[in-house]
Amino acid sequence: MNAKQIDQQQLLKDEKDPLTHTPVHLLSLENVGKHYGNIVALTDVTMAVDNGRVTCVLGDNGAGKSTLIKIIAGLHQHDEGVLHIMGEERKFGSPRDALDAGIATVYQDLAVVPLMPIWRNFFLGSELTSGFGPFKSMDVQKMKDITKKELADMGIDLRDVEQPIGQLSGGERQCVAIARAVYFGAKVLILDEPTAALGVKQSGVVLRYILQARDRGLGVIFITHNPHHAFPVGDRFLLLKRGKSIGYYDKKDITLDELTAQMAGGAELAELAHELEQLGGHGDIVKEVQAEVAEAASAGTPTQLRA
Amino acid sequence: MTITQTITKPAAPDERVVKRNPLQKLLGRPEVGALVGAIVLFVFFASISQTFTQPNALATILYGSSTIGIMAVGVSLLMIGGEFDLSTGVAVISSALTASMFSWYFSMNVWVGVALALVVSVGIGYINGWILMKTKLPSFIVTLATFLMLTGLNLGLTRMIGGGVSSPSISTMDGYASAQAVFSSSVNIGGVDVKNTVFIWIALVAVASWVLLRTKVGNWIFAVGGDANAARAVGVPVKATKIGLFMAVGFCGWILGMHNLFAFDAVQSGQGVGNEFLYIIAAVIGGCLLTGGYGSAVGGAIGAFIFGMANKGIVYAEWNPDWFKFFLGLMLLLATIVNLIVKRRADSSK
Repeated sequence: MNAKQIDQQQLLKDEKDPLTHTPVHLLSLENVGKHYGNIVALTDVTMAVDNGRVTCVLGDNGAGKSTLIKIIAGLHQHDEGVLHIMGEERKFGSPRDALDAGIATVYQDLAVVPLMPIWRNFFLGSELTSGFGPFKSMDVQKMKDITKKELADMGIDLRDVEQPIGQLSGGERQCVAIARAVYFGAKVLILDEPTAALGVKQSGVVLRYILQARDRGLGVIFITHNPHHAFPVGDRFLLLKRGKSIGYYDKKDITLDELTAQMAGGAELAELAHELEQLGGHGDIVKEVQAEVAEAASAGTPTQLRA
Repeated sequence: MTITQTITKPAAPDERVVKRNPLQKLLGRPEVGALVGAIVLFVFFASISQTFTQPNALATILYGSSTIGIMAVGVSLLMIGGEFDLSTGVAVISSALTASMFSWYFSMNVWVGVALALVVSVGIGYINGWILMKTKLPSFIVTLATFLMLTGLNLGLTRMIGGGVSSPSISTMDGYASAQAVFSSSVNIGGVDVKNTVFIWIALVAVASWVLLRTKVGNWIFAVGGDANAARAVGVPVKATKIGLFMAVGFCGWILGMHNLFAFDAVQSGQGVGNEFLYIIAAVIGGCLLTGGYGSAVGGAIGAFIFGMANKGIVYAEWNPDWFKFFLGLMLLLATIVNLIVKRRADSSK
């Protein structure tokens, strides 16, 4: 009934095969907060990321997921709390800082330049050069070859690395972005809603790349609003609501139903069912929502514990 | 270059890739519309005017093209980087005025003034870029303001220091002859005098093309013009790239300003207004996308060449030069439409 929230120290002792022998997390946040002027976007968020583990951040629109990753990715600076990388307190001044610390982010809008060829996008910001001084030029052939090979290794069979990346499908672009982060030696990979705009099959492909990145020993932060995508791949789940953490669970302590119930909020679902009924909504849908309410009630709302 | 690479590529054939023939590949390049336009225009003028294809006339056309083309190199790069500069026309004159007035007022070697002009020109570019990055205003507004301020400064300071609307003659001063040899001389090729600005222009185009296509800075220029936020997110120094582009435009303006000064020995302080559009037109005819992220330095050069041909061709065809502006407008419209069609067709034929 009561899902156990993660106690940070406890977790490391409990891990069956800790990939890291150091008593520190790859990345951890403690009571981090952020406000834009008088608008509080995020308060009191605590989470950790380890090698070969997927930490899922779940929440509805406006829950503060984007703010959270912008802090980790160096696009914004947090106002409260501390951010540790390998046990060392950090505050990133720019995305470059975060990249140098091994944190790569695959954004919702993918951070690719649509008009540029795939290989130029793959190496953008980290171009390979040969020669010296002012005559340094890009090693174009090598960059093209590596792009082709890296993408093939991820199981992405691309037609032509010279074609503009804007011509690829959403899933393909997502995979290029993930392959890029993996190739450039990211230790932490942040994925911002990678499955949001994708169909079922494409989402499955992306989820497989997430597991592949995890198996390569990366610490993955997977941002999503879909518990059905998060649960199969996640090791830990941080739930956000209106800028606050409403739960932080280890996979062994929570089920998909509990996660879904937590996400949606049982009371809100009940209200929705009622509203739909009043509006003369489609019978099936109302029934479905009611069933979910019942399910949520039986799963119960896990008790809150402080991490 | 791309063609040979495709041929040598050992990759296994993929049934999804229909082999694009070299012609299709050529049609996918940004400057192809301008190239077609240039050839049509050349054939047109050559057929109605006997003198147009004479070596002397060609040298004159190339010279006319180079005075636009030198600036069009910088402006094309800036446009690919997603920004405009409306202050280029008068900034050229500011540079020339700085060199001449400073040398004249302090009775110094002309080269001191030339060096100061370089600092001023690149400095104007830096300030344009810096204000743009700080305020995040559109470059249209920022450089329009610079344009107006420089116009006023050119007139005001020239009158205040020299007492007229023209900078005083500096032809008798130290260093004038050597500076003239560098910035405004002729090379005799087969009995035809070709102005050295033509060679400077070609060299600038070559360097700019190399930077754009083969260096990481070139990669950054495409990226900041194509999607500045995406570029920033993957670690491209967006601000430095954009400010650098404005400074490159300033550098091109310095070269042209020095040429204007040493082609005669004085500069009119009211000149240059309106020229900024010629540079932008050259870049746009050459296939640079107004919204940034797409284009080439060679395209800008072809655009400038079209401008030079139209400008002189009307004279050689013994038409009234009044028609020139109409012609230029028509060229701009046709070239951009051709660019659009060609680009769409090239993309859909993938």
